[in-house]
Amino acid sequence: MKEEIIIAGFGGQGVLSMGKVLAYSAIMQDMEVTWMPSYGPEMRGGTANVCVILSDRKIGSPIVTKYDTAIILNQQSLDKFEKSVKPGGLLLYDPSGITRHPERKDIEIAKINAIEVAANVGNSKVYNMAVLGAFLRLRPVVGMENVGKGLRKCIPARYSDLISLNEDAIVKGGESVLIINEI
Amino acid sequence: MDTADIKKPENIVYRKPALITDNVMHYCPGCSHGVVHKLIAEVIDEMGIQESTIGICPVGCSVFAYNYIDIDWEEAAHGRAPALATATKRLCPDKHVFTYQGDGDLASIGTAEIIHACSRGENIVVIFINNGIYGMTGGQMAPTTLIGMKTSTTPYGRDPKLNGFPMVIADMISHLDGTAFITRQSVHTAAAVRKAKSAIRKAFEYSEKNIGLSFVEIVSTCNSGWKMNPVDANKWMVENMFRKYPIGDIKDILK
Amino acid sequence: MKGNEAIAISAIRNGVDGYFGYPITPQSEVMETLMKEKPWETTGMVVLQAESETSAVNMIYGGACCGKKVMTSSSSPGVSLMCEGISYMAGTELPCVIVDVMRGGPGLGTIQPSQSDYDMIVKGGGHGDFHNIVIAPASAQDMYDYVDWGFELAFRYRNPVIILADGIIGQMMEKVEMHPSKPRRTAEEIRRDAPWATTGKTPDRPRNIMTSLSLDSDIQEVFNRKLARKYAEIEANEVKYTEYLTDDAEYLFVAFGCSSRICEAAVDELRQNGVQVGLLRPVTLYPYPFTRIGELASGMKSIMSIELNLGQMVNDVRLAVEGKCPVGFYGRQGGNIFTPEEVVDAFLKFNNLK
Repeated sequence: MKEEIIIAGFGGQGVLSMGKVLAYSAIMQDMEVTWMPSYGPEMRGGTANVCVILSDRKIGSPIVTKYDTAIILNQQSLDKFEKSVKPGGLLLYDPSGITRHPERKDIEIAKINAIEVAANVGNSKVYNMAVLGAFLRLRPVVGMENVGKGLRKCIPARYSDLISLNEDAIVKGGESVLIINEI
Repeated sequence: MDTADIKKPENIVYRKPALITDNVMHYCPGCSHGVVHKLIAEVIDEMGIQESTIGICPVGCSVFAYNYIDIDWEEAAHGRAPALATATKRLCPDKHVFTYQGDGDLASIGTAEIIHACSRGENIVVIFINNGIYGMTGGQMAPTTLIGMKTSTTPYGRDPKLNGFPMVIADMISHLDGTAFITRQSVHTAAAVRKAKSAIRKAFEYSEKNIGLSFVEIVSTCNSGWKMNPVDANKWMVENMFRKYPIGDIKDILK
Repeated sequence: MKGNEAIAISAIRNGVDGYFGYPITPQSEVMETLMKEKPWETTGMVVLQAESETSAVNMIYGGACCGKKVMTSSSSPGVSLMCEGISYMAGTELPCVIVDVMRGGPGLGTIQPSQSDYDMIVKGGGHGDFHNIVIAPASAQDMYDYVDWGFELAFRYRNPVIILADGIIGQMMEKVEMHPSKPRRTAEEIRRDAPWATTGKTPDRPRNIMTSLSLDSDIQEVFNRKLARKYAEIEANEVKYTEYLTDDAEYLFVAFGCSSRICEAAVDELRQNGVQVGLLRPVTLYPYPFTRIGELASGMKSIMSIELNLGQMVNDVRLAVEGKCPVGFYGRQGGNIFTPEEVVDAFLKFNNLK
């Protein structure tokens, strides 16, 4: 098994930390992992993306151009990465703020209104976990018990009270995902 | 009285300090470096800290200081002695660490290093020889060269419009909270030498207290670079250098 | 963990005495991680933010004089400033580890990954007649392991060791296995292992002077020849490389660091299409695996050097090949990274297979 994932959106949406939780969860499942961020001066508001590769075997190149899954959280990223999804792959996106929706027919397309999920859970900061939950529902590449462990690795001990909130968002995100295009 | 008689213990009135080696000094006759070396050697000997003292040499005339005082030495790149001293002291906090630097080394190429060592309050001693000129490279202008002073790169005298103004380092660093003891001394008379020695001793003692950096500036002559004989150089120093760089304590946080 | 974090954690766990650094992208996580971990409270390791790279390297020069295990890390423009201290340490024969997480240049350049410091570090890294030992990690695990390996080499040969990494290896997060840790050496152990160090002059030995100055041409030449003997020993004993599918290969890629990972994927893709291609990854860049590349060259239709620069290591590949087969180059610059597909394309074009 090998899953090559690009997560892209605005800085501040939790793109990098979503990738980190996913990466740590996979490590808990004894998989090989690379997490390669774009980095730059834009700490907030600019574009941010991270490529996460999960695999049963040693990972060669951490740089790929075609992805099994693209998780897209803004228009710029959709324009940039829609064409990079492998045929038969998955494009998961958040429709808020999107003016041109994905058009490809040869890939699976799903949407998650994660702002709403986060609002229902009661904390806008768990936005990214709602998106992660949606992804894991469609592609259960890691077991939920390992996601819990990965989450605990990523959240500093002083914020441990926020773990259940994050877990809640993952579950609710999974329940709220809508498949738009099936192949 | 022949040589054998002179060397008899009862006849000895003066001897070189135990920690000064037998190497022939390369300094010009009349140079202040030899006197300051002697004072440092005496202080280290009298305090009994030879085994715990590490000296850092500069680049400049005193680059070979390690040949003359019998302690462990590190030879820094030009201006970087305070950086070496910082790491040496932090990694070996039980040691006495001092740098020995000239005005080109400390006040020109090494300003960042000395100012930040002062600012961090490193528990080291800095001996700063200020003779207003680059001696080793043949008498070029230093940051401390006085206005009007002729050097090989200011052949018509230092002109502030062309070359800027002399830098008064000791006063500058006295405003930094990390400095504990700052003094300006000279070694041109026996009385001055005695005062300079007690200042150096105090600096080494302060460095044991972990209260910050101690800085001893020695206003010195460079009779070769100044193109004077030693006596005239001393006179010129008193009349000119002391006006810009007055002798005395500048800061002592324990007073 | 990130490659940069692996450097920091490895330093703490492998008994490093001091780290002196200055912030610069893309390696600031090294010092940030160290400051967060507060090793001065556990192992006693000193961590200090210097006022410049120039100061940082001269601080490790001072620490190395004392026989301590000291290191710094920086990125290309910062390493340019450090070259002064690197030359002094080579000339004083001092052990230290310096990490260069390369970015695009020249000048301020970009902050994205690059391998453009190959020539600066492998061919020099400061003025004068000397070599750094240069090791090139290709994963976060390598970053972790090479800190300890670097100090081993540095102390065995009393020579600066440079870990030549890049923005990908520094920023990428991967699984890292942490081996049992090593304590810092005691003062007695340092006196025993580094009798040359400035540990304070005791009556039982002459004073130790750490200097690179001689002024006398004859003395300097004797010293230079001593260095030459040391480098010959390093070249004889320390060459390290890995090979991937070279047994039956008709074509060869040579690539180091992150490029070797990308080439591995390119090899897989070409093999799927029936092209018998292999990969040699130099792990040590100085000493360089000249002999092995020369041996392989005899059986190859061509060799390509794949680098994130304008073609620097390719000159060493040519030296190794000695005309036995054509040598090609493909590279990207400025912080752009080639994909495996791009490498495959370049390969097919160079070998007229397209």
